Amino acid sequence: MNTLHEDLKKYLSGLREKKRSSLLPALLKAQELFGYVPEETVDEISRVLRVPPVDIYGVIEFYSLLYSEPTAQTIIRICTSPVCASKGSEKIKKALCEYLGVPEGTPSPDKRFMVESVQCLGMCDHAPSALVGEKTLTKIGSMKIPDLLTAAESKPENKVSGKNPVLSKRCCTGDPENIDEYLDSGGFGGLKFAMTMDEERILEVIKTSGLRGRGGAGFPAGIKGESTAGKREDIIRYVVCNADESEPGSFKDRVLLSTDPFTILEGMLIAAFAIKARKGYIYIRGEYFEQRRIFVSIIESARKRGYLGENIFGTGFSFDVEVRSGAGAYICGEETALFESIEGKRGIPRNKPPFPVTKGLFNQPTEINNVETFGYMTRIMENLAKNGDAKEYKPVSGTKLFCLSGDVVRPGVYEMPFGTKLKDLVFDYGGGIPGGRKPKAIVLGGASGMFVPEAMWDIPLDHEHLEQAGLVMGSGVIMVFDERRDILKIVLEIAEFFKHESCGKCYPCQLGTARQLEILKRIDEGAVEPDDCGKLEDIAYTMTNGSICGLGQTAGSAVMSALQLWPEIFKKEGVSVL
Amino acid sequence: MMKHEKTVRTTCPFCGVGCQLDLSIDQGRIVSVSAPENAAPNFGRLCAKGRFGTDYVHHPSRIRTPLIRKNLDSGKRTPVGMEGFREASWDEALDLAAERLSLAVKTQGADSIGTFCSAKATNEDTYIFQKFVRGILKTNNIDHCARLCHAASVAGLQKAIGSSAMSNAIAEMKNLDVFIVTGSNTTETHPVISTFLKEAVVKNGAKLIVIDPRKIELSGFAALHLQHRPGTDVAVYQAMANVVVTEELENRSFIDRRTENFEMYRKSLEGFTPELAESITGVKAVLIREAARMYAEAERAAVYWGMGISQSVHGTDNTLSIANLALLCGHLGKPGTGLNPLRGQNNVQGCSDSGGLPGIFPGYQSVADAEIQKKFEEKWNVTGLSKTAGLTVLEMSDAAGKGDIDTYLIMGENPMMSEPDLNTARKHFEQLKTIIIVDIFLNESGAYGDIILPAVPFAEKDGTFTNSDRRVQLIRKAVPSPGEAQTDWRIIQDLALRVEKKLGLPPSGGFAFQSASEVWDEMSGLVPAFGGISHQRIDREGGVHWPCPDPAHPGTPYLFADSFPRGRGLFTVLDCRLESERTSSAYPYLLSTGRVLYHWHGGTMTRRSVLDKIYPESVVEMNPLDAEAEGYEEGQRVSVSSRRGTIISRIKITERSPMGVVFMPIHFAESPVNELTKDLRDPEAKIPDFKQSAVRIAAAG
Amino acid sequence: MSTEKITITVDGKKITVPSGVTILQAAESAGITIPTICFHEQLTPPGLCRQCVVEVEGARRLQPSCISSVREGMVVKTDSEKVRRVRRTNLEMLSAVTDLSESPEIVRQMKQLDADEERFAASPRGSLKDDNPFYIRDYTKCILCMRCVQVCSSDIQFSYALAAGGRGFDSRIATFYNKDLPDTTCVFCGNCIQVCPTGALKAKTEGNSTGVQHDEA
Ligand SMILES: Cc1cc2nc3c(=O)[nH]c(=O)nc-3n(C[C@H](O)[C@H](O)[C@H](O)COP(=O)(O)O)c2cc1C
Ligand code: SF4
Repeated sequence: MNTLHEDLKKYLSGLREKKRSSLLPALLKAQELFGYVPEETVDEISRVLRVPPVDIYGVIEFYSLLYSEPTAQTIIRICTSPVCASKGSEKIKKALCEYLGVPEGTPSPDKRFMVESVQCLGMCDHAPSALVGEKTLTKIGSMKIPDLLTAAESKPENKVSGKNPVLSKRCCTGDPENIDEYLDSGGFGGLKFAMTMDEERILEVIKTSGLRGRGGAGFPAGIKGESTAGKREDIIRYVVCNADESEPGSFKDRVLLSTDPFTILEGMLIAAFAIKARKGYIYIRGEYFEQRRIFVSIIESARKRGYLGENIFGTGFSFDVEVRSGAGAYICGEETALFESIEGKRGIPRNKPPFPVTKGLFNQPTEINNVETFGYMTRIMENLAKNGDAKEYKPVSGTKLFCLSGDVVRPGVYEMPFGTKLKDLVFDYGGGIPGGRKPKAIVLGGASGMFVPEAMWDIPLDHEHLEQAGLVMGSGVIMVFDERRDILKIVLEIAEFFKHESCGKCYPCQLGTARQLEILKRIDEGAVEPDDCGKLEDIAYTMTNGSICGLGQTAGSAVMSALQLWPEIFKKEGVSVL
Repeated sequence: MMKHEKTVRTTCPFCGVGCQLDLSIDQGRIVSVSAPENAAPNFGRLCAKGRFGTDYVHHPSRIRTPLIRKNLDSGKRTPVGMEGFREASWDEALDLAAERLSLAVKTQGADSIGTFCSAKATNEDTYIFQKFVRGILKTNNIDHCARLCHAASVAGLQKAIGSSAMSNAIAEMKNLDVFIVTGSNTTETHPVISTFLKEAVVKNGAKLIVIDPRKIELSGFAALHLQHRPGTDVAVYQAMANVVVTEELENRSFIDRRTENFEMYRKSLEGFTPELAESITGVKAVLIREAARMYAEAERAAVYWGMGISQSVHGTDNTLSIANLALLCGHLGKPGTGLNPLRGQNNVQGCSDSGGLPGIFPGYQSVADAEIQKKFEEKWNVTGLSKTAGLTVLEMSDAAGKGDIDTYLIMGENPMMSEPDLNTARKHFEQLKTIIIVDIFLNESGAYGDIILPAVPFAEKDGTFTNSDRRVQLIRKAVPSPGEAQTDWRIIQDLALRVEKKLGLPPSGGFAFQSASEVWDEMSGLVPAFGGISHQRIDREGGVHWPCPDPAHPGTPYLFADSFPRGRGLFTVLDCRLESERTSSAYPYLLSTGRVLYHWHGGTMTRRSVLDKIYPESVVEMNPLDAEAEGYEEGQRVSVSSRRGTIISRIKITERSPMGVVFMPIHFAESPVNELTKDLRDPEAKIPDFKQSAVRIAAAG
Repeated sequence: MSTEKITITVDGKKITVPSGVTILQAAESAGITIPTICFHEQLTPPGLCRQCVVEVEGARRLQPSCISSVREGMVVKTDSEKVRRVRRTNLEMLSAVTDLSESPEIVRQMKQLDADEERFAASPRGSLKDDNPFYIRDYTKCILCMRCVQVCSSDIQFSYALAAGGRGFDSRIATFYNKDLPDTTCVFCGNCIQVCPTGALKAKTEGNSTGVQHDEA
């Protein structure tokens, strides 16, 4: 115990920034050392970082990966999001708990194991999946229970399919961490070309490319860059890469970070150069241990080669990137919550305005983009470098990564041109439904997305068509469920997800996600009440229109779309209680 | 959110911040307290005392009728409880008191009477009290506990600039640039002020320099903490001034326009380097330099201090060293600058303003000035006012010891807790012939009394308190008084009439007031600085900062914009004297005494409040390393002894105390720390050296 | 706040207000009261209760009027059916989980909106904490407006005894490792009581809603 305290003290005294912004890393360190965050360590951290102890306690309580009470040597986290759940993860979890003889969330008597549910691990293409300690286990459905505890890591296969890959052209082509391989294949060419250009021109090029954010909201990336940039050199600006990927059904960022991380880093550098940022952060979700390790290592090699640091290639441009780990909170993918999290606070979204482009991280202008968005910036600049920067050249951002999972023959990431039809992707590329079964439902956009009516399954996947149909692209999630699946259960899991992940700040979402789940549970149990649909509609309406952030604003979408498509399941056979 | 019969706006009876309170009243009891959000000085903020501590008002041990000692005049005076007294009628008690007082005047002369007025009572109470003492008894032996807290601040500031009041308003605090807090554990002694100071730091980026031997809560908010050895304050400020002069950071034009004696002072600083100061104070020279620069280079900078500065054998020098520094840097006369002694008690400012001091009439008008004397004689319709300044609190105690004084009249004070070296003080007390007490509880001093006259606390009367930043505010009667208890000034007024008669003086007609507001009006007619203030006006405006010479004047939140009351600010050449008690192998720890958040003064009020439940007994705060070396555990019972006495307390281990220094609160009659303190006085201010006594500590059974 | 004036339309009324004021302030100046819960003059508005939302022409979602600034030509509806539906549902959900018996203002708003306090199944949350001589913390009445936390931390008192703990629906007002208040940095200033809008924080001398005095012993 004492040496652990020494280790922590050493860690703290080695921190470069003894400020609140180092809080989350420090807590993760304590968690790693002790298996939880003991009170005494909080006092120590409080002293060094000058954060009130009670605030630290509030932070610990906010994040699922931090515990204020002792846990076990190894925590087994079973993914219970819709796809994994549909493949039996609940059953596996129950069996595991039975085997260990303790309920979920309680350490086994020998303190070696503790079982927990976790919301989507980003492993939907290998469902059902689990995290044992820091080890990833995929397709655990076929494993024997005791083996789960000791099995060797089974890393997911990271690949991108599709036709004419643009963004993913380098994925899976060699050693992703080898900077020489990256350079040999023309890596950093986009950056080098960009550095010969006028900053404004870079932003203009990105704007004309039509690149829209790939993290969910689809905001035009060029406009964001322009609004963050400014003439004045003395203003601190940040570039932040959002790699918190936690949307149920989304795993494309995992694949990009695993197979072509340099492209993402290069994109961040281009953005930083364009807006005169000196510091960048990449915030990688806590459960992506492997991806974080990779990124730390490639940053190290980039720094060694002079692609990061002071005065890069003598241009006077300085930039460095810090890797930050999330700690188990979906909401931290929301950009302002992510800033709060980096700043060492609970991941609570801010009211907007002010927007990140004017007051973002540490209240400074910040350009925050999704992993894929940054990747695409690299490609745009590469393309420009290849073709020369001519006025008439029209860069394009014509493809998009889709995450296909669920009951399909070939789940995985697909890079497809915008406008590809949904059904072509599912039934041709994805290989359709296994076992000759019939499809029942397709969810587009993840938990915050919607069920797509069968009549629309041939819709072209691009922003325009989807918006017109009242659907959303989101981060490109497509979850397919076949005839065996119970829609109400899927809806329940989605509702469960939102209740678990709501930050609790604003009433509509804090209360609405809980009420919504409660009503759906009751319906599932057959205790339907006459006004249930009306209540669900009012709740969804209130969350959509009244919530602060995207989480609450979309927390009722899936439920509402299901209610429209299958009203009968909300009046389940069972008898009404009234 | 609850509904109540009525809500009464009034002023907090505890510290000198003077928070405005809204008392919610049901069935004649205070059921809760809130603070008005848009009213100065506290703007909705309170501390535990103001919020919860007013329940003492309803304590069952309130004195309900006049009392007379059962074994009156029977040899040696011993302290007794209620059982030692019998109830008496007002007539009997007042007649007896009048008899004793007039007899003393007639047989031994007026100066054989010593009187204590109260920093807890209203301005009106004080005014009547001193009018009685001066106008009827004809002595200037009147003083109050300001002597024991800020006399040195008063003496020092009078000398340097000619005014001793806090120069800037509490409301300005949020907007400070740089400020020094020294000798004040502000978060405990002036909690609401401390919230504004913290706000200045946290929200507005102000820089705080804490200069204090203890690691007080505010040091957690400070840019710099200079942790000097107790008693070496002058050295710190002299060295800071040395840095300012050496690095030419002084404010030349201010010095030229507004000060005198600069050259002498500058010369005196030669050689007083931070390195020299380091050897005296233990504060690293670099820290002293940094602090000096930070203060001198600030656009606006203020100093706030408490009793750590004043309660010292060289308290006046301490004050002067701070005043010198402020004059040197020109940090006076503008908002956000200034010299600000934080006054301890609710009305310690007002009690001094209203004449509760031996050498002055109300409004700091000298008793020795013939003009002024004439003005008062005319207005009061009396003759023969004494021209000689009276004795101070401790001088009265000395005189009692010598038999020169044998009658005490004490209103709302508790010298048997608050005086230093209590063992000696008690002996003096025991020798008195007559002790007349006006109070709401029978406290440690009352236990020695002969005649006890039941008075009323803030919630049961009208009147005014003047807070630390010279803001005169109203208190309003909110609940009925228990039994026959009476408003203090009415008691004194009645007593005055009886003494007047017994002395055979022609009736002055000066003790026929019907209301507190009438009392105020008479005083404001005599004190130019109060000329524009009346109860009616305060009622309208919430409070008025004096000086306010006429009704059209807005009041003066900050002072000295154009000049100082003495004209130019005076630099004083100081010696760095280190005369206090030193530690020795027999008495290895330095004991510092002071207040804690949940209690107040001698504890007469707070020990009879719910506050006592959270802090029920005395502690000795000791550094963890000292505790480890001595083998003490948290909560262990120990005896603490000085050369003068021994008391029992419990160890509290805390990093607030530096090594070698222990701290004890002053509020606990069971562990009266003033048994330990010594009666060593500042030569000018006559304030005792409470903050520094050598003690030894031993485990107790 | 600048001295520049702009004109906006609130509930069909054209009004001229200084630019930079919030919609809430602007409406107030025209005598239109927008209901609020978490908003408090002295504190940084957290904009979390969403009870003050209004419809702004051209905006996709409802806007919290307490923190939204006016813009020239803005057209605002403070009491449209859309707004009322959100407010009503919000309070119906709140009353299902909270004891609002000492929240006269919220009860008033519910009446005004015709909200049905029994619409959602009662699922009380929080519990009563009685851990100090001065006041009780009855979290069954807590609406998580966060005023007490704001007051205790960086808005007023800087004592940092309270913080938000938990997450989502299970958020709560926490002390350091759930210790009793006397074992925390709490200084019992009671400034939190002063801003609590629901009687969740209350001096013991106040008694509870049924008039019974809380134990004082
Ligand atoms: C609840 C919530 C979770 C989000 N999670 C992510 C995420 O994991 N990754 C991401 O890139 N964007 C996420 N976003 C979107 C971000 O707020 C933000 O729009 C995005 O990072 C901007 O980058 P882009 O323009 O490149 O999409 C999330 C939004 C919400 C409301
Ligand atoms: S919508 Fe939900 S997640 Fe977003 S701020 Fe409100 S409570 Fe938090």
